[in-house]
Amino acid sequence: MTDINVPVAKSADFAGFIRHNIRDYALLLSLLAIMVFFQFTTNGTLFMPVNMTNIILQNSYIVIMALGMLLIIVAGHIDLSVGSVSGFIGAIAAVLMVNLKLDVVSSSVICIALGAAIGAGQGYFTAYYKIPAFIVTLAGMLIFKGLELNALGGASVGPFPKVFQLLSSGYVPDLFNVTFAEEPFNLLAMLIGLITTALIIYFNLADRRSQQKHGLAEEPDVIFYIRNLLIAVGLLGFSFLMARYRGLPNVLIVMFALISAFVFITTRTTFGRRIYAMGGNEKAAKLSGINTEKLTLLAFTIMGALAGLAGLVFAARLNVATPKAGAGFELDVIAACFIGGAATTGGVGKVVGAVIGAFMMGVMNNGMSIMGIGIDWQQVIKGVVLLLAVFLDVYYKNKG
Amino acid sequence: MQPVLQMRGITKTFPGVNALTNVNLEVRPAEIHAIVGENGAGKSTLMKVLSGVYPHGSYSGEIIFEGQERKFGCIADSEGTGIIIIHQELALVPLLSIAENLFLGHETAKNGIINWYEAFGRTKALLQKVGLKEHPNTLITNIGTGKQQLVEIAKALNKQVKLLILDEPTSSLNETDSNALLALLMELRNQGIASIMISHKLNEISKVADRITVIRDGMTIDTLDCHAEAISEDRIIKAMVGRDLVDRFPKRVPKIGETMFEVKNWSCYHPLHADRQMIKNVDLHVKAGEVVGIAGLMGAGRTEFAMSVFGRAYGRNITGDVLVRGKSVDVSTISKAMAAGLAYATEDRKTYGLILIDHIKHNITLANLKAVSSSGIIDEVKELSVANKYRKDLAIKCSGVFQNTVNLSGGNQQKVVLSKWLFSGPDVLILDEPTRGIDVGAKYEIYGIINQLADAGKAVIVISSEMPELLGISDRIYVMNEGRFVGEMPTSEATQEKIMRAIMKSWEN
Repeated sequence: MTDINVPVAKSADFAGFIRHNIRDYALLLSLLAIMVFFQFTTNGTLFMPVNMTNIILQNSYIVIMALGMLLIIVAGHIDLSVGSVSGFIGAIAAVLMVNLKLDVVSSSVICIALGAAIGAGQGYFTAYYKIPAFIVTLAGMLIFKGLELNALGGASVGPFPKVFQLLSSGYVPDLFNVTFAEEPFNLLAMLIGLITTALIIYFNLADRRSQQKHGLAEEPDVIFYIRNLLIAVGLLGFSFLMARYRGLPNVLIVMFALISAFVFITTRTTFGRRIYAMGGNEKAAKLSGINTEKLTLLAFTIMGALAGLAGLVFAARLNVATPKAGAGFELDVIAACFIGGAATTGGVGKVVGAVIGAFMMGVMNNGMSIMGIGIDWQQVIKGVVLLLAVFLDVYYKNKG
Repeated sequence: MQPVLQMRGITKTFPGVNALTNVNLEVRPAEIHAIVGENGAGKSTLMKVLSGVYPHGSYSGEIIFEGQERKFGCIADSEGTGIIIIHQELALVPLLSIAENLFLGHETAKNGIINWYEAFGRTKALLQKVGLKEHPNTLITNIGTGKQQLVEIAKALNKQVKLLILDEPTSSLNETDSNALLALLMELRNQGIASIMISHKLNEISKVADRITVIRDGMTIDTLDCHAEAISEDRIIKAMVGRDLVDRFPKRVPKIGETMFEVKNWSCYHPLHADRQMIKNVDLHVKAGEVVGIAGLMGAGRTEFAMSVFGRAYGRNITGDVLVRGKSVDVSTISKAMAAGLAYATEDRKTYGLILIDHIKHNITLANLKAVSSSGIIDEVKELSVANKYRKDLAIKCSGVFQNTVNLSGGNQQKVVLSKWLFSGPDVLILDEPTRGIDVGAKYEIYGIINQLADAGKAVIVISSEMPELLGISDRIYVMNEGRFVGEMPTSEATQEKIMRAIMKSWEN
């Protein structure tokens, strides 16, 4: 989470900076507040190593899809089909691996490519025939739900080969043999955490130095150091918790790589810049020589591939492809983006925001389940949180 | 004579800015009172105070209307007393009929059920008053902007207007519609209705206004009485900008080179109505270092022509050839047109020109991201230096290149649009209404930029509805009407009368 605040205004004054970036900090603080809240209400279960690992595993597929959804929403569209598509791809994976005994790698490649193709198809209708994405993907939602049921013949198909299960239930193997408090301690996980933290802070410092050199730094020193301290504490604490259980889950590595890639894509590449421009004002972007159709197609293709990957992760986690897989995922994914500050009108939104949004939903799900709150009230509370997050966003935007 | 409206000592501050400082305004009964001032001078803020958009208490000073102090809390309060404001962006629903629009919010209804016969009857009467012959059932989208403006006025009449406020009423109207509107204002004056008119068009103001209040930097500078003395445009401009504008157009000695840009036998059809030919066999050429103007009335097809050439951004069944430096080029998509050296700065910068929610830096580099990136990764330091260069070169007034373009004044927004296209490194620039809605000072700066472009050997095409502007800055003028070029003249021989005559003559044929 290196890029919480992209420079917005060139001013070094403290209060002004906080006001300008309140959204980003408020989001992170809300996540912390929710975590602390559940830590108490669950009598300390939330931060237990096994539970933290669980939260990561339970939300990995939502986070993965939220990355693509953020691009789609920033581009000014929506994708309702991601739940069905991920379920459908999970079903195809089962057919390929379990029924047809195809090897894991080729099956996975076929599945992700199929997801990308589905995304491209939906993107094609949206981009070139100007059919609203809402309609196209609503149709897609029905179509792929149906195809999922059809592929599985209405029953669950499993189990998957061992290697495939490792995607979601495997851990990066430990190289050392250390114990801590008389329990095994995964030193490798801790070391990776340390190195990552060091790298992130190093890059943040380097970034800041280059910003200062060009008179770009607008984040006050205090905030910069506090922010980095928090990142360090958070990451090291997190690694420590992971190390005390079974180490780093494979899917966490996948997730982290994807998050980094998407932060980079959205903030530093021409592709990302053009997506934001298109969402901000499609006509102006078009008249600036940007091929908005191609861009839309590409965004949907990426979304499709990620939905495919998420489908694999989910199937591997359950070790079975069920006809119910994927149902309702799109709602969590879309909610994550909006909680994370994306605008319904397009052009606004950050990857880190969507990730935090996804974990906020995840922590709430987890915490409430441990507390024994029924699924009925869980839904109500999640709905209220979504509305509240967007309400506060709109409220402060109008006031500011 | 007791004034109908007095605004005394109005002061309105926004965080960090004094928008209005002790402004006084007095409108007499049955007069047309013009308010002029540069963009950002505070005219709109003053009208928002008057109409209750900024409620009582958010400003200091007092408003006295018809002899009584008024404390408007919202627009409905001011409308209730008969003060009606018509905004520049019309508040009509395009897919509803004239009658439905006229009675929107004031339906002729009993228990929520609308009596359409009564509505139609009253609509007809109201339309007659403003000189419209349209059927009440006509959809707003099917009548032109000029008539829409008249519908707005009919709507105001329906609300028993006593003081009518018009914000830039003729900015998007052609000459005929403008004249009809001004005639209507004078007619209303005869019936005892006072109006306040905010306008940049000084010729119109001197035609109809009884008195003129000049606002500069949030302060009342002067109130001029047009009946007491003859007020020249120069006098108004001087009060507006606080200095003498010796020359409204900067001088340039043309250094004209080889033919840079040619369009041959260009035709195009309406994007929706395939049988309507919008552009008819147009031929155009521009030399390096030459500024060529395209004159014409609203709807003559100038924007359509420019946009169809610029990567087929408008129209269908487009035929014709485009040559740059004598070589035929492919302009079938916008990126190809840009690669061929073309740039088109739109007439509607808010809808087609800028990403308003994004900042200046991103807007400037948008059309040429390649130049600030390598293998798809943006070099932010390079991008920043590009943005700062244009900020300096074009004197964009802003708090920094990270300021969102939505917060810039019209003139500075236009400079950002121009920066974007200059950075794309074109040989041929098509500038569509480059000074629309921007104030006199900023206009002068834009003309300076156009001159620099010509001096740098670019071919510049300027589309403008303001004939004095075309006569002031171009070397040669094409006259366009109904999709055809109906005249071509060097500026040295051109006059407003000649241009109008070319248009009129084309109608006769």
